[in-house]
Amino acid sequence: MRSLVLCLLSLASLAEAQMGHDLRPALGIDAPEGYESVAASDGSGLPPGTGTAETGRMIYLTQCAACHGADGKLRGNALVGGAGTLTTSSALKTVGSYWPYATTLFDYVKRAMPYGNEKTLSDPDVYAVTAYVLHLNGLLALDAELSAQTLVEVEMPNRDGFVQSPLR
Amino acid sequence: MHQLEDEPHGDDTAGNGLLSRRHWLQLGAGTAAAAVMTPLLAQESIDQEPWRSGSGAPPSVYGDRPSMASLQREQISVHPMGRQAGASSTPLQLLNGTITPNGLHFERHHSGIPEIDPVSHKLTVHGLVARPLTFDYDALLRYPMQSRVLFLECSGNSYRNTLAGALDETAGALHGLISSAEWTGVPLHFLLDEAGVDASAQWVIAEGADAAGMNRSVPLSLALNDAMIALYQNGEPLRRSQGFPMRLLVPGCEGNLSVKWLRSLKLLDQPAQTREETSKYTDLKLDGKAAQFSLRMQAKSVITSPSGKMRLGRQGVYEISGLAWSGNGSIRRVEVSADGGRSWAEAMLQSEPGPMRAVRFRIPWRWQGQPAVLQSRAVDSAGNVQPTRASALANVAPGFSYHFNGIQSWQVNANGSVRNVYA
Repeated sequence: MRSLVLCLLSLASLAEAQMGHDLRPALGIDAPEGYESVAASDGSGLPPGTGTAETGRMIYLTQCAACHGADGKLRGNALVGGAGTLTTSSALKTVGSYWPYATTLFDYVKRAMPYGNEKTLSDPDVYAVTAYVLHLNGLLALDAELSAQTLVEVEMPNRDGFVQSPLR
Repeated sequence: MHQLEDEPHGDDTAGNGLLSRRHWLQLGAGTAAAAVMTPLLAQESIDQEPWRSGSGAPPSVYGDRPSMASLQREQISVHPMGRQAGASSTPLQLLNGTITPNGLHFERHHSGIPEIDPVSHKLTVHGLVARPLTFDYDALLRYPMQSRVLFLECSGNSYRNTLAGALDETAGALHGLISSAEWTGVPLHFLLDEAGVDASAQWVIAEGADAAGMNRSVPLSLALNDAMIALYQNGEPLRRSQGFPMRLLVPGCEGNLSVKWLRSLKLLDQPAQTREETSKYTDLKLDGKAAQFSLRMQAKSVITSPSGKMRLGRQGVYEISGLAWSGNGSIRRVEVSADGGRSWAEAMLQSEPGPMRAVRFRIPWRWQGQPAVLQSRAVDSAGNVQPTRASALANVAPGFSYHFNGIQSWQVNANGSVRNVYA
């Protein structure tokens, strides 16, 4: 570890040598208290609030179904299905068949959905829609309450389907 | 396409008309002589061209019409909801040298190009740091900056050549999600140092301020050693399509990592597992497992002239020219074949190779109307050799190839037409 740090330091100073000087003005100001930007797979960054698939169903049908289908299986934008297809010549990658973490679904819906009307859902609504998509995939009961605590406990079928490439 | 008028003498260095670099030097002398004798100049006294009399257009405030109407990016829609979530590719076959003009740099947006007010835009560094900090655009402009010429390649570049049938398309339409520019900005570690990175931090989660809120986890080692907050591209402030007012730039890595419209950097002890690094940009293999965080773009090259949908004119000597690049370092050499990979000759690297930099390669070729299959093969400073198409796809689930770097084959037919083929 120490040699790694030394190595990084020498690389950094090499870059600065190419720059000519290293006189940094230190202009950063204190970030807003409680600033958050991402819901990660360890549950960090998940906001308070709860939602059930039951309440998520109505939100899904009005805000999501047009692109993803009422059953979540609309071709090209499927969120549901594809179990057992990853080793076939026509793999179908969906939340149920491919996504390794349920937190990813929350983070993505909160930041990027509904497409064209992004960031308009409240946190409880995002929990609810997330719950409903997981329910459509058979991964959550209709009345199960999703929260920061329960979301990380959802077992995704393809959790062990990824191999991290060596970082070089 | 540049056709050299003079015919070289001596033996070919590889099959089907490829000529040696020694010939290249001889041709250099011959070209100058040939240029003096072009038939167009002989007609000058007969008809005077209209642009040689009367004033031309005045200077412009910004830009100018492209000199050729065809000098355009090709738009690729990747989302059924519309073109906002799409891409446009650099017309590689119409450009020369190594730098991509800003107006032709490839684009890939996940929910369109935002109109960001640089005065209210903020960049926040938080998470595993001693002091979470916020920077605005004016503040960043006061930090020491560096300029680096770098290639940027979309992870999905060349995807179309992974499909079952070879499409009859141009080099730009097939491979144009690679561009090069001189990027100027602040080394990322300046901001991370200022916030005080905790010893437990291993990853930096970068987030954009666009509607998609594009976010990716970047290994801390890359963030500290090599990444920058880019503020200028080829000398001018970033274009909105390239992340104005600020973007992350992680040299040599898949373009998706260089988050545009950068608004936050959160330090974590593990990747966040965002949608773009799990559901997308992962490489599904035949055994059903997917490779994740294949960040460095691998050794690759493409012949841009002659290339798809071009047509050779008169028989004689042509210059084969193209681009080569590698995210593992610099390009060591490029080899070219005119017989579908049976024999190879080393091309001249005209621009100076450098880390994460695309180089221009050139080699003369004599075409006497014979059918040919032109290929190029890059070798990088780490010793990686660009694989054949078949080899690059050997362990990839059909239809799911990001990071594809297989050798491109251009078939030259007896009538001079050039077409994309799988060979």
